[in-house]
Amino acid sequence: MSRFWKWFWMVAIGAPILVFIVWAIGDNTKLFFSTLLNGLTLASLYFLVASGFTLVFGLMRNVNLAHGSLYLLGAYVGWEVGDASGSWLLAVVAGFVVSALMGLVLQLGVFRFMQGQDLRQTMVTIGISIVLADLMLWQWGAQIYQFDPPEAIFGVARLPLVKAYPLYRLVLLLASVVIGFVLWWFLNQTRVGMMIRAGVDDRGMLAASGVNVQLVFAITFAIGAGLAGFAGVVGGTALSISPGEDTRYLLASLVVVIVGGMGSIVGAGLGAILIGVAEQFGLAYAPTYGIVFTFVIMVLVLAFRPLGFLGRAGR
Amino acid sequence: MSAAQWRRAMNSSAQTAQAATGTVGAIAAGAMPVIQPPVAREPWRNPIAARHVIVLLALLIYPFMATPFFTFQIAGQALVLGTIALSLTFLAGSGGMVSLAQMTIAGLAGYMVAILGTSASPISMGWPWWVAVLLAIVIATVFATFVGWLAVRTEGIYTIMITLAIGVAFFYLVLQNYSLFNGFQGFHKVTPPVVFGIDFGEAVPYYFLALFWALASYFFIKYLLRAPFGIALQGVRDNARRMNALGFNVTAHRVAAYAMAGVIAAIGGVLLLWYNKLITPGVIGTGALINTLVIAVLGGMRHPIGPFIGAIAFVLLQTFAIDSFFRERFNLVIGTVFLIIVLFSSDGLLGWWARLRSGAGGAQARLKEPT
Repeated sequence: MSRFWKWFWMVAIGAPILVFIVWAIGDNTKLFFSTLLNGLTLASLYFLVASGFTLVFGLMRNVNLAHGSLYLLGAYVGWEVGDASGSWLLAVVAGFVVSALMGLVLQLGVFRFMQGQDLRQTMVTIGISIVLADLMLWQWGAQIYQFDPPEAIFGVARLPLVKAYPLYRLVLLLASVVIGFVLWWFLNQTRVGMMIRAGVDDRGMLAASGVNVQLVFAITFAIGAGLAGFAGVVGGTALSISPGEDTRYLLASLVVVIVGGMGSIVGAGLGAILIGVAEQFGLAYAPTYGIVFTFVIMVLVLAFRPLGFLGRAGR
Repeated sequence: MSAAQWRRAMNSSAQTAQAATGTVGAIAAGAMPVIQPPVAREPWRNPIAARHVIVLLALLIYPFMATPFFTFQIAGQALVLGTIALSLTFLAGSGGMVSLAQMTIAGLAGYMVAILGTSASPISMGWPWWVAVLLAIVIATVFATFVGWLAVRTEGIYTIMITLAIGVAFFYLVLQNYSLFNGFQGFHKVTPPVVFGIDFGEAVPYYFLALFWALASYFFIKYLLRAPFGIALQGVRDNARRMNALGFNVTAHRVAAYAMAGVIAAIGGVLLLWYNKLITPGVIGTGALINTLVIAVLGGMRHPIGPFIGAIAFVLLQTFAIDSFFRERFNLVIGTVFLIIVLFSSDGLLGWWARLRSGAGGAQARLKEPT
């Protein structure tokens, strides 16, 4: 693309957004900033779910369409544990562990046997998500569940501009930033992370240099699935859990990853912020067309960068 | 590219081409830029075998032998779902593009007929049914082309993701939007038209309407697969780079395939609207998108008859297998069946049939992985 067109599109897309921001701040400052915060909270949830999704895809080329089911499974089991033990922290741990185990079972029991068969893996995950969704509906019914977060992070925070905002959501925002950094540290500074990155770049070479690739796959799948279950409990606390959430978060992960670029953690963060903020602004300023913004972002990104912002061509 | 690299690339693609079945492989391996029809016979002068006549006669006699329930709820529904799934089979089987948005395109056509035509909602414009239907099919086809244009920018596995994202996004749009799509309520009391005193809402006329369009779509696809366009499309599926080198516009072929599949899906969508006599977001929900894939996979993607077989199996399962214990667990049943099919016979019921017929040699009849 020539320089002129680059500038043209930047102005064509950026100028209306800028005008909107100026208008919105002038019109209702509090609404604008609380929407922004809501958007970032949602983005942190999306990031938690999508980072696992993108990690699994980046390494194994497996589009795990059962990822939303793992989110919901973690949330339900976490709720059961939290209800029985009365501890929210235990619920979070349970959500992570159960989904991670489920992910391990999927990797060891199913995907190991169909390496490289993209389409078949995708179909199988679709089948699994149908079965899981119905089993969960059977077990937990159609009602809505909610968590009680511990006292320490429950309540209202006083902030400038927004005045009052749920403290829990700020903690969630902070937690996902921390997790993002931990993930980055894990991938870039540890030995296992190095293996995972090497696997993303060249799976065959990694196996040839004596690394047990199946083990790396299993670890990655467990972490990715566990993050989804973790997000289930954490997100279920911020919002609520009910059947159908699996689809919602699957769609979110899909769009986030399409926008951000497959296999990139930073891309997932970028996509999550873009989609989360756009969704909340859509809900606040154009309620019945909210989803259109998400769609438009996806179309624009696909039109100019088919592999997403930070996506790289597959090997 | 050095000579050695070039030779290697050509050799590997020639191998893939030979692995491909029948005529496509022969043409690709021949490296001739001119596409010749695979058979000397003209496509419309197919020999008519006894089984064709028997099936056609059975289809024609069926509504007069069966109860209205079997004519409408079983056969009518299976024909319509089969038509919509046929568009997916065409895209996936011949184009190597698994689009989950086919039900969305059908749903858009249905919504357009409801919005432009008459329904219980005041949003409907009340135009004559034929104007509404024609416009709806045009709009849905344009949308399908747009979806195709978006989806073909990426390949393989991404196509599923993008089309699924589009489908789910459209579902949330109709769910949340009240000014145009009437939100959760949708449109009720959309009655099929009455033409020359024939009420297409009745079981037998509806059956023949659905049968007509199902047969038309089926033969259209069969014709297309033998036409130069279809041959080129299958070539694109097997080796896009090579087709590009031969001078074919790969992107244009793929987008055109989406457009043609869009027309069929749109026709199916209008028929589905008249079958249900209503359209709500649930008709195009994630479950429905997946069900279209289930039907196509269940039947098998090797032949355009597959989706109809899949649809019959699906509808029968939906209607009868849910009686006792499985009354509320239908998704569990269909999900398990789907899993078994993808895990053990990736070519669906057609694959089983082929294996039965050819004994152990049926292994080669398996569905090819589009790469």
